[in-house]
Amino acid sequence: MTEFFQTYLGTGFGWFVANLILILLIALPLMLAVAMIIYADRKIWAAIALRRGPNVVGPFGLLQSFADGLKVFLQETIIPSAANKGLFILAPIITFTVALLAWAVVPFDAGMVLADINVGLLYILAISSLGVYGVVISGWASNSKYPFFSAMRASAQMISYEVSIGFVLISVVLWSGSFNLSTIVETQRGYYGFLNGHGFNPLLFPMAVVFLISSMAETARAPFDLTEAESELVAGYQTEYSSMSFALFWLGEYANVILMCLLNALLFWGGYLPPVDWAPLYYVPGIIWLLVKTFVFFFIFSWVKATVPRFRYDQLMRLGWKVFLPLSLFFVFLVSGFLMLTRYGGGA
Amino acid sequence: MTVQVLAFYLFASIVVASAVMVILARNPVHSVLWLILAFFNAAGLMVLLGAEFVAMLLVIVYVGAVAVLFLFVVMMLDIDFAELRAGFVSYFPLGGAIALILLVELVLGIAIWQAGEITLAQRVAPTPEDVPNIEAIGQILYSRYIFLFEAAGLILLVAMIGAIVLTHRARGGVRSQDIGKQVRRRPQDAVRNIDQPVGKGVEL
Repeated sequence: MTEFFQTYLGTGFGWFVANLILILLIALPLMLAVAMIIYADRKIWAAIALRRGPNVVGPFGLLQSFADGLKVFLQETIIPSAANKGLFILAPIITFTVALLAWAVVPFDAGMVLADINVGLLYILAISSLGVYGVVISGWASNSKYPFFSAMRASAQMISYEVSIGFVLISVVLWSGSFNLSTIVETQRGYYGFLNGHGFNPLLFPMAVVFLISSMAETARAPFDLTEAESELVAGYQTEYSSMSFALFWLGEYANVILMCLLNALLFWGGYLPPVDWAPLYYVPGIIWLLVKTFVFFFIFSWVKATVPRFRYDQLMRLGWKVFLPLSLFFVFLVSGFLMLTRYGGGA
Repeated sequence: MTVQVLAFYLFASIVVASAVMVILARNPVHSVLWLILAFFNAAGLMVLLGAEFVAMLLVIVYVGAVAVLFLFVVMMLDIDFAELRAGFVSYFPLGGAIALILLVELVLGIAIWQAGEITLAQRVAPTPEDVPNIEAIGQILYSRYIFLFEAAGLILLVAMIGAIVLTHRARGGVRSQDIGKQVRRRPQDAVRNIDQPVGKGVEL
């Protein structure tokens, strides 16, 4: 596609136009996916609670998210007079932008990636660590008690879980021998000759579990949603927000959740490869496999949200620092030891 | 090439401008946020140099962890601006001395740079041409500089243990929880069914 535009519009401008279109091709379906995933979240949650969930707007309530979107769009934007205005407006924009940025390096299929950079995984780690700024800045700029508590909690929580996520990613990177996400997916082919996915590797499976739980904590989903615990902090950092600024938080949060589900699929369960290495399954396009896997993880996220009670704050910290950190560190040690023994020349 | 030049001047001017704003901003929280912007654009400069690994590390370590903690602390400060300005005269000599040292270092640095580039062959470790720079760093860090690298690790470990020892205090009267003990607890450990006679106190 880049070549097509470059032949008509010149090298530089053609490249620019082609990439702009590619970015829109990722961002617009992503927004649609966020709208649908919010609907799916509410439906799954309702089904577990034996309720109907949204069922009024459109067939089966499918258009509920769009109705909600229209509603917040038409609301008045209120900026508290005691708030720090510039930062108050900046915070949701940061959250939303950061949530979109990470998608640049996601391989949707073999070769179907906007930026195939060789530090893809580090890039995602870097971008996801920026996400906390939206929360922290909004909590501080609101100049209000509960958002501030929420911001404190968010920054402590993100740092705790990013450490163990980092170690989990290192063990995957060690096994795959690359930071490039496409290479990581390709190295997951053929476990025991027929399974695709690092999750089937006994040394990496515990890491897959740690990563799944850490990604819930990283996106501040239930049971780790201490930052917006409604019984303690009203709505946490979003308390003072209304209208579009609130909607940006909302969209950014769900875009992050989808990204984390997708990362679970990419890093441990074969990404765009079919789960079983069997020729007929390869006729299904890779992007379908990836989206199905992503949705399976999203279902797990919703399921956990509907069934597991919220952690207490000290329990959350304990899980991050006293359980996941030593465990993931131990597995980095195990994985690198195993690889030294088998792949890199007999531990020499 | 022009795009790279434009990008360089964009990143460089934002770095300088936000660095200036770090010291000009009245609100310390704003200062930290400008500092974060400076870090971020410095990472952009690293990408332009072709050092994408260093750029990502800069974002992950400085922007993602150090600055968050920094912001965490600064946000909780109770700032009294009058008090902040009060010590200006007494701090001026020290601040001036530090500024002077930095100026001398800058001049020296520019002078050395003007003296000519270090040619590739004279470098202690020539940059390999065809490997990504994560591999290049790994090859040199874990071979030639392995002892320095491990010494750095040891120093950090000692610093970490030191920090824990210094800040840890065993407080009395705290009911800390043992999660294992809580999970092991069974109803018969905590609940007693007794046939309580009327008019008598309960034995606890």
